[in-house]
Amino acid sequence: MSNIRLIARLDIKGPNLIKGIHLEGLRVIGSPNEYALRYYQQGADELIYMDCVASLYGRNHLGDIIRSAAKDIFIPMTVGGGIRSVEDATNILRSGADKVAVNTAAVARPELISEISYRFGRQCMVLSVEAKEVTVGNWEVYTDNGRERTGLNVIDWVKRGVVMGAGEVLLTSIDREGTRKGFDIALVRAVSAEISVPVIACGGMGKPDDLIDVVNMGYADAVAMADILHYNRYTVGEIRAAAKTAGIGVRYYESA
Amino acid sequence: MRVPDVTIIDYGVGNLLSVQRGFEHCGATVRVTADPYEILSSDRVVIPGVGAFGSAMQSLAVLGLIEVICEVAQRGTPLLGICLGMQLLLEGSEEFGNTPGLGLIPGRVKPVPARTVSGEILKIPHIGWSSLQPSTFSAGWSGTLLHDNKIGDAAYFVHSFMAFPSDPVDRIADCVYGGHQVPAVIGRETITGCQFHPEKSGEVGLKILRRFCLD
Repeated sequence: MSNIRLIARLDIKGPNLIKGIHLEGLRVIGSPNEYALRYYQQGADELIYMDCVASLYGRNHLGDIIRSAAKDIFIPMTVGGGIRSVEDATNILRSGADKVAVNTAAVARPELISEISYRFGRQCMVLSVEAKEVTVGNWEVYTDNGRERTGLNVIDWVKRGVVMGAGEVLLTSIDREGTRKGFDIALVRAVSAEISVPVIACGGMGKPDDLIDVVNMGYADAVAMADILHYNRYTVGEIRAAAKTAGIGVRYYESA
Repeated sequence: MRVPDVTIIDYGVGNLLSVQRGFEHCGATVRVTADPYEILSSDRVVIPGVGAFGSAMQSLAVLGLIEVICEVAQRGTPLLGICLGMQLLLEGSEEFGNTPGLGLIPGRVKPVPARTVSGEILKIPHIGWSSLQPSTFSAGWSGTLLHDNKIGDAAYFVHSFMAFPSDPVDRIADCVYGGHQVPAVIGRETITGCQFHPEKSGEVGLKILRRFCLD
């Protein structure tokens, strides 16, 4: 099996790094690339940049941020928020991103998943899913950063997304996002059991034990984290060490 | 020290900016081009690549670059293939039927097995960081692009196919995925291929790019 990937997630609004709770009540944290560089130097395995308001206004500010990050950050970068077409994906990939994450536009027009996957390979196409538990063990897909419900069942949607060409699933629990209460393990496990592509668990990481649980019990392939890093409660190195101690395979990393 | 000039072949695939930035970070002057004269006049040539083997070979053919790359190799100009660019160095691929490659290193491209050695389902593509180990018949990393790396250094892989040289001596480093030995770095004379992305492998990868720039 692959090593579990430790991913720093940066939510962006305009030029700023921001953070909310349940994807709402967004607070400005600082300059995205200052934080990105810090996480790179701490040994993050990947970065995810997500433009939180892009789908609301139909635009994406991330090109400039990514182009500048690509000068001194040499790990994979996934970029999402407001990507509506193969052309949008092309522009983001030309800016230095390695993968694009698509949520709202894929729900509106699922063929977009196939188009991006066909053009750039499925490893480039990350299906971003915002999930909210509606009844016990039953999750609904939301779009527009947790603002709009779709009526779609999460499990049905990710299965369809993978068939259409998604190479990875970024699975965000709206219920847990920003709460530091741990991941929605039942959600991650339910999705991991149904698809053959890697699942990135996102939303709720408050301490290293949460990562260990979502890997061991939810079968996550990767973990995305935000405020645990932004507020400096743990470094990537401390989280990596805790995972390793718990017997989880992580990338061998020697700090410079 | 002389600033080396590195040419990245632009045949319309993948994230070329990161490869360019990686070499610039190492102090190289970088050109990104499909122009045969520029490629042939360069000190160092890189074949990047993400995507499918067949369409990549087709693009190289349409641009008239197959002969150009073979000429680069023949002249002994250092040549680096990254990811799909590494696979193209071999004689052919089983991806979507049999497609001929550049044939600069004898061997073939095969799918990553769908099961682990113990029979469990293996996630494809292989995405993530894996440690580099010397291959069984490797004569060590001294003098190769891994000269400055240590055994166990981890690099970032994204691939569904793997490049198998027919002569095991051409295998410099492997990684292990699902218990399988997967060729990670292959090489013969001035030609090297990396299955992983050195430009996305942090300091471990930058050491490899820096080494490629040295005389």
